[in-house]
Amino acid sequence: MNYVPKIDRRSFLVATAAAGGGLALGIPLAPQSASAQTGLATPELGVWVVVKPDETVVVRVVRHEMGQGTITGLAQLVAEELEADWSKVTIEHPTPGESVKRKRPWGAYSTGGSRGIRESHEYMRQGGAAARLMLIQAAANEWKVPAGEITADKGVLTHKASNRSTTYGKVAEAASKLPVPEKPALKDPKDWKIAGKPMKRFNAVDKVMGRQVYGADLTLPGMLNATIKDCPVFGGKVKSFEAAKVAGMKGVKKVLQVGESAVAVVADTWWQAKVALDALPIVWDEGPNAKVSSASIAEMLKAGLDAEQAFVGNENGDIKAALASAAKKVEAVYSYPYQNHAPMEPMNATARYTPDKCELWAPTQDAEGSFAAVLAASGLPADKCEVYQMDLGGGFGRRGAYPGDFVHQAVLISKEMPGTPVKLLWSREEDMAHGRYHPVMMAKMVGAFDKDNNLTGLHMRLSGQSILAAVRPQVVEQQKGRDPLVFQGLASQAMLAEHSFSYTIPNLLIDHAMRNPHVPPGFWRGVNINQNAIFMECFMDELAQAAGQDELEFRRKLLGNHPRNLAALNAVAEKIGWGKPAEPGIHRGLAHLKAFNAYVAAAAEVSVTGDKLKVHRIVAATDPTFAVNPAQIDRQVAGSFVYGLSALYYQECTIKDGRVVETNFDTYDSMRIAQMPKVESILMPSGGSGPWGGVGEPTICVAAPAVMNAYFKATGKRIRSFPLKNHDIAMA
Amino acid sequence: MVALTINGQLHNVDVDPNTPLLWVIREQVGLTGTKYGCGIAQCGACTVHVDGVAMRSCALPVSDAAGKKITTIEGLAQNGKLTKVQQAWVDHDVPQCGYCQCGMIMAVSALLAEKPKPTDKDIDDAITNICRCGTFQQVREAIHMAANA
Repeated sequence: MNYVPKIDRRSFLVATAAAGGGLALGIPLAPQSASAQTGLATPELGVWVVVKPDETVVVRVVRHEMGQGTITGLAQLVAEELEADWSKVTIEHPTPGESVKRKRPWGAYSTGGSRGIRESHEYMRQGGAAARLMLIQAAANEWKVPAGEITADKGVLTHKASNRSTTYGKVAEAASKLPVPEKPALKDPKDWKIAGKPMKRFNAVDKVMGRQVYGADLTLPGMLNATIKDCPVFGGKVKSFEAAKVAGMKGVKKVLQVGESAVAVVADTWWQAKVALDALPIVWDEGPNAKVSSASIAEMLKAGLDAEQAFVGNENGDIKAALASAAKKVEAVYSYPYQNHAPMEPMNATARYTPDKCELWAPTQDAEGSFAAVLAASGLPADKCEVYQMDLGGGFGRRGAYPGDFVHQAVLISKEMPGTPVKLLWSREEDMAHGRYHPVMMAKMVGAFDKDNNLTGLHMRLSGQSILAAVRPQVVEQQKGRDPLVFQGLASQAMLAEHSFSYTIPNLLIDHAMRNPHVPPGFWRGVNINQNAIFMECFMDELAQAAGQDELEFRRKLLGNHPRNLAALNAVAEKIGWGKPAEPGIHRGLAHLKAFNAYVAAAAEVSVTGDKLKVHRIVAATDPTFAVNPAQIDRQVAGSFVYGLSALYYQECTIKDGRVVETNFDTYDSMRIAQMPKVESILMPSGGSGPWGGVGEPTICVAAPAVMNAYFKATGKRIRSFPLKNHDIAMA
Repeated sequence: MVALTINGQLHNVDVDPNTPLLWVIREQVGLTGTKYGCGIAQCGACTVHVDGVAMRSCALPVSDAAGKKITTIEGLAQNGKLTKVQQAWVDHDVPQCGYCQCGMIMAVSALLAEKPKPTDKDIDDAITNICRCGTFQQVREAIHMAANA
């Protein structure tokens, strides 16, 4: 029973164009032009930079900030090329409506797949460099000297020969009228003064004073508040509800059905709306999925482990022959559960609809995807729609563009109350019940050894859910049914280079039997690398141990063709003291992977006391090619371990009667400060001309296998299904 | 009518006495630094001080707060001057998305008022707020910075 969300054709097309979801779709950028526009700061120096007369430098950023530091990093890169005074730099977000009007000069908004910096650094740096050249030219014109004789530094232009100087703010207006240089040369990163440095994030003061306005905090004049309940069984519908029972409750303004499957209450305050919705009798038509359970889903996936048909993600040699002639075989089956994102700020969006204009304020990871959803839900053309991006209280993939999600709901509600802004805020319970979940996956792995204990073959069969089949079906169609993202960290170089597999094994087959239960899947921090790293890196330890070899040495032999993977692994091994005695009771484990074009590794130290597994220390290595802000990268690495270890220990969305059982943090726990291991981050950018790697996600995947490999060392027990709470293992 | 003293100001609010203090602070009083995260006193994003004690306002009926001295995140800084804790948070660049940090800062401020030089164990016992971005390493370092400032 596949659950296929309905997609309106128009939103489908625009959402597709807006990319998102881990695959770069190669959208060309419009040439830069300094045309007049509205709503944004002036004067423009190209499309990326504004310098105001008071010397304020405004960098345009369309990628979204959700705590990962992207807006700061991108501003650093532009300021670097601009030779700006960093203390004068601020940012602004052009709206998707403005972008559409100007033929997308700022490129893609979608912020997921660790792409914020790595996929926009080049054109944004060029934007900064172009603006610098324009400012220099404006001064050259004024002084009637060659532009080549003018230097720019910290917002000051100097002509040494004539001992003249001026500032960016003074020549910006004249500069804005000059042509924008195309593809200006960029600085060598070794000369960086602003980029590559541990600059502080924007907005920290507002955040600590409670002044930062998240989507959930937005207030507009005359605004009403709404909350919503969607059919708890995915794919079910509303049968009936008794609006009259709550219509008279204090503050209630409207009780309405939203689409086919949800009911909302609109009231003066959110609390009034929630109380009324909780009291509202609703009868659901639970549809065809009302009997699905975690057990029935597991059976479905198990059948895929030995199925004939599967999509190939990586293959070389002859795995059948290698298995047939093996002197020894090692086999294991692993599985990974559904998980919700549970960002601290529940889903929300505020909409105001009139027949002439539909506006949306939303914390979103893809304002263009939200814009598409506004078009689809309002029925208005693009020139009558607008989206204003709000700060996000966490994203982790949940706030990407998913069909029929909270933005769609908010617009449908506001359409019923033309002229009145309505803020839709989900309860935590709704957030747990209607996520876009980390998909379920199982893996059966078989390794083949020759008589000398050389690994001659590996077959890894994945069986489980495809995110793309649900949310970007056109990509799966292009791939003749295959979902390439299932193979994150395991893929062939040709299929998915940024997630390519690093071990060289003479006979290899990694394939996927797609099994799509009715639970809607979504992108998640790391997403498929999370289970793939556990499967592969725990099994690598199993293989090494079966061959009686040291786990590090065993890997090293297979990594000869991938020096950057090897360097990251060696770095953590050395720092943790691999091969040297640990403190009494302390045990170590390793893992590594290449993901989002970054090479990452982790080494963990753990102890086990009774049912308590304590992670004391994790050493992490990251090679993202270039490091734009080392301090923020350290924070992403440590933060990724909190997210990843919370998932490992605590988090499963259990399915019973077609719905998610866990309703809040009491049953879906998350790590606290007492459990935080000491994280030592090694940042080892190797430079060069290759693609840059992301940093928000990659390291999340190496924590869990490193910890589980250490757990095996401590106990001799190999855990192959998650979370650990199902094995009565607690986080200490 | 419930009479509340929030950040030194008296507010008479006309609400159902069972309304959680959190929602009165956010919706009637209009101070949105105190956040909704879970509604069941698990995550701590809604932490405020009630008579100096850190409490999770999402599970506290407003009637129970009547007549008590309530401090929210907006009431910490005086005349725009950040407290030691807030300043340590800025200096150490603690917040990532920042959504949980107001509650975290309120919990930490109450801890430091009680134990000016907390040990790591004190921190582990007292600070049980959830942060999904995972700022705990920086939170611990910033607590020690604030304690030694």
